[in-house]
This record gives sequence, C-alpha cells and structure tokens, in this order.
Amino acid sequence: MICEGKVWRYGDNIDTDVIIPARYLNTADPQELARHCMEDIDTTFVVKVQVGDIIVGGKNFGCGSSREHAPIAIKASGITCVIAENFARIFYRNAINIGLPVIEAGEAARAIKHGDVLKVDLGGGLVENKTTGQNFSIQPLPGFIQAIAQAGGLINYVTEAEKK
Amino acid sequence: MGMTITEKILAFHAGKRYVEAGELVTAKLDGVMFNDISGPLAIIEYEKMNYQNVFDKERIYIVLDHFTPNANIKAAAQCRLLRRFARDKQIKHFYDVGLMGIEHALLPEQGLIAPGELVIGGDSHTCTYGALGAFSTGVGSTDLAAGMALGKLWFKIPASIKFSYQGKLSPFVTGKDLILYTIGKIGVDGALYKTMEFTGEAIQQLTMDSRFTMCNMAIEAGAKNGIVPPDQETERYFAQHNYCNRQALFYQSDADAKYSEIFEWEVSSLEPQIAMPHSPGNVKDVGEVGTISIDQAIIGSCTNGRLEDLRAAAKLLQGKKVHPYVRTIIIPATQSIYRQAIKEGLVDIFVEAGCAVSTPTCGPCFGGHMGVLAEGERAVSTTNRNFIGRMGHPASEVYLASPLVAAASAITGKITHPQEVR
Repeated sequence: MICEGKVWRYGDNIDTDVIIPARYLNTADPQELARHCMEDIDTTFVVKVQVGDIIVGGKNFGCGSSREHAPIAIKASGITCVIAENFARIFYRNAINIGLPVIEAGEAARAIKHGDVLKVDLGGGLVENKTTGQNFSIQPLPGFIQAIAQAGGLINYVTEAEKK
Repeated sequence: MGMTITEKILAFHAGKRYVEAGELVTAKLDGVMFNDISGPLAIIEYEKMNYQNVFDKERIYIVLDHFTPNANIKAAAQCRLLRRFARDKQIKHFYDVGLMGIEHALLPEQGLIAPGELVIGGDSHTCTYGALGAFSTGVGSTDLAAGMALGKLWFKIPASIKFSYQGKLSPFVTGKDLILYTIGKIGVDGALYKTMEFTGEAIQQLTMDSRFTMCNMAIEAGAKNGIVPPDQETERYFAQHNYCNRQALFYQSDADAKYSEIFEWEVSSLEPQIAMPHSPGNVKDVGEVGTISIDQAIIGSCTNGRLEDLRAAAKLLQGKKVHPYVRTIIIPATQSIYRQAIKEGLVDIFVEAGCAVSTPTCGPCFGGHMGVLAEGERAVSTTNRNFIGRMGHPASEVYLASPLVAAASAITGKITHPQEVR
C-alpha cells in the first residue's frame, strides 16, 4: 500500500477528545464524525483536508478514551495513514481494527513539518519526504494489517475471508 | 522467574502456566461491558459477523450511562438500539435509567466483577476493576464485537510498574490525590502499554472506594490496567457484594516477579493535589496554585461518585452554602449510592447548601450534558480528564481534584485547600 499526501502536523498527547469531541458521540455515522474531526484544536482541518492527506503526531497519539469514533473520524475525513512517535494503546488497536494504517516512527515524526508532502510505502517500509528530499525507513506494515486496511477493517476482513 | 498478579490472571485465562511481558496470548473473557457510546458501533460490527447468539447472556453488561437520561434525539436513538439489542439477545445485566449507575461504579457494586477475573469494556476507564484484583482494560467497538461473539480476545502481556506508597496519608489526602500525584510524577505516557500495580502501606489503608479511584485513572498515565493486590479489604468488599455467586481467585505477585520499573514514595506529607488544564499530568499542590476563581464544581463520575466521596463532600458542606457564582452539581454514581446518600441525610445537606443533585449519569464529565461549560468558564471537578473541550467549549477549563477540594472550592468560589473551610 502506498499513501501520498500533504501533512497535518500535530504535537504530543493528541487526545481522543480533540480528535472527535465527546459531544458528537451521539452518532456512529463516519461522515458526520468527520465533519468535527480535530475541530477543538484546529478549525482549518475539516475545511482544508484533502483525500490522501497524512497526519503526523508526536508522542502518545490518541490518548484518552476508548472511542473507536476517533480513528473512524480521521479515516472518514480522508486521511490515509497516521505517523507518530508512539500511540496510546487503545487508539492503536482501534485504528488497525477499523483499517486506518498507523506507523510508529520516532525520527520521521520529529523531522516532518506541517504541509510537507509525503509518499509512504507501508509494505516497503519507506517514508519519502517529497518537500525536503529526506527519506526515513520504517518498520514495514505486516501484510495482514495492510489487508485489514484494504478490506476496510477487521470485521470486513474476517467476513470476506470466510466467504472465500 | 515469578509472575506479577497481572501475568498470573492473564496466564490463567490463556490456559498457560507461565507468561511474560511482550508475549501475545488469546485469553477467555469473564465479562464484556459496553455503554451507549461504544455499544452502538459494537452492535453494528457484531451484526456484520452474523452470530446468532452472544457467547454468554449473563456475561455481557450493558449500561446506558453517558448521554442518559437521553440528552437529545440522536442519543435517544443510540439508546433505543441498545435496548432492542438487549431484549433481542436476552442480556441479563442490562441497566437502563432507573436502575442504571455509572458503569465502573455499578459493576463492582452489583457483584459482576470478581477478583481474578478478566474483563474488557468499551470505555477506557474499565481499568477501574483492578481495585478488586481483577484484570480489566478498555477496548474499542470492534474488539467488543469480537469479544461478545467469541468470549475471547488476543492480548499482549503488559510489563508491570510497581508503585509502593509508604506512610500514612494526612486527613485531607485521598486516593484521588495519590493517583494525581503519581500521574504528575510519571506523565500521561509514563505507563504507556504497561500495568500500574499499586502497593504499600498507604494502599493497604485505603478503602475500596479510594482504590477504585486510583485504578480508574491508570489510563491517564497510558496504562493498560491498574491493579491492587487483594487483601482483607478486598475480600470484605467482595463477600458483601457477591450477589452473582462468582468464584473469586485471589492472586498475589511473586516476590521475584519482574517489574520494568519500581517507584517507592513516602506520602505522609503529601498535600491535596490538583491537575491544571489541560492535562491530568499537569499536577500541583492545591496550596500553590494561587487564586483561581471557578464557575462550576462537579462531584461525581466513575472516578469519585461513590459513597465515601459524597460523605467527604457533605462533611465540608454541612451547614454552609456554596458560593453564589458556583453551580455545584453532585452526581451519586449509582442508584444504591443515591439511596444511601438520602438515608444518611447527605442529599439534604447538599440541597440545603445550594447544590443540584442529579440522577446517576456520566453527563458533564465528557461534556455530554448536565453541566456543560461556556467559553471562558472554569470548573473544578472530581472527574478524570481535563483535555481541551472536555466539559464543553474548547476555551473552557477543568481542574481535577478530590471531592474535598471540589467541595471546599464550591464554598469559597475559588480553588481552595479543604482545611480552609473546615
């Protein structure tokens, strides 16, 4: 899988309440959740995000609640993958389960700037920063996690596998 | 090499004699809990899988506690979905308005958590049940759906950090202060993916209510679970609440168990703590914050809505009035706590003091309803998170503290050390 897009750079400890404020959790509709993604810290995100864009965070990305609405809101807003120094554990697992690739890459996460354009080869384990020319090798995402992402989440992946 | 209590519980449920940190296992679940936020998504995923029945109708716990009593039309629709599911699947432990309490106070109280059990919940504060010597952790909706269908789930065995608290806590210092102090020391990612094992003289002296408070906030340091090794106090509580005739397994960590870190703190001189906006790790002594006026005080939540918390607040509020500019909202965490608070005269003290007393709900803690903040407003709250926008407008502020600090502050209208109003 290849992701290519512009970077939305955020800091450390980006919590699930800023990813999707709890006041909007009275729905499970991905498009409706996406309309409020990141709005408490960045009102420009939902206005300007393009399909294919990439979020880069610092440490402990996705800390806080267990709401699966958080990775769902990010994915439905068009983001193709999230790179961070590290992730809070529930968010990490939820993101994989709903088919949003998440990459732990400290060096890349620290160096990449807001607005940079990246090409991320998830299977090949490479992040190319097309703006600065810097390359970062990352742990390649295992095949089954890419397959979960391509199926649109773990449940779809399992039910499709059963049909085959 | 010995094992920690957490490793022993996970090993038992994985059918193994020995496990160690980092290992991946599939483990049997003793309980799967979800609420009106995590539940609807879990049911949508569950129904895609075409399972006729849940793994055990008596081991699924559904609690409508977040946007309830229904805060708006969308929330009402979410709750309706859960009600229909509960009836359709004949879920035994389904808690709707009137029976409902805040999930993490309710489940242990109803005897649905036994020491040694392994429980997952669709809420990050599911780690609360570690106070009973159980392994419990929060998961998302897809994992809930899988757990509900299969009765098992995969886990990575977490490394454990041991916290040893020595000394005797001073009168105005509670379990809430201990856990805030701890998060302040290690940071909001200080226990990322790990177990926080709470031990030592000061823990042994804590009531179960205070132990629930401490384990509840383990997630605020990034932990997978918090746990207190069971002792006589655990046994007493469990015996009193074992309405479901559960089998308890009282595990202890071995003397040669492996810990990734050990912290030993002398806490006799600890002062009441407060977490400043916008992080539960931004912790100070209450005495050193200066003058911070407040607009609202919340006493309640899965962290501090138990009887001990209400009694502490009532002691300060008895015969006093809350400050005219402070809306003070008191939320007993369960119906049985509510009832006991009425019997003991606590509710009367609160109403007489000018507080609003609410039916159990998570409401204001996550900015859902029942006490949302406007732009620029400040609340002191006994809840667990003070992230940006947590209780309402993104430019509002939440200060996290114990019920004693919240009650004292409600009286004076600014953040106050409880000894100033005794």
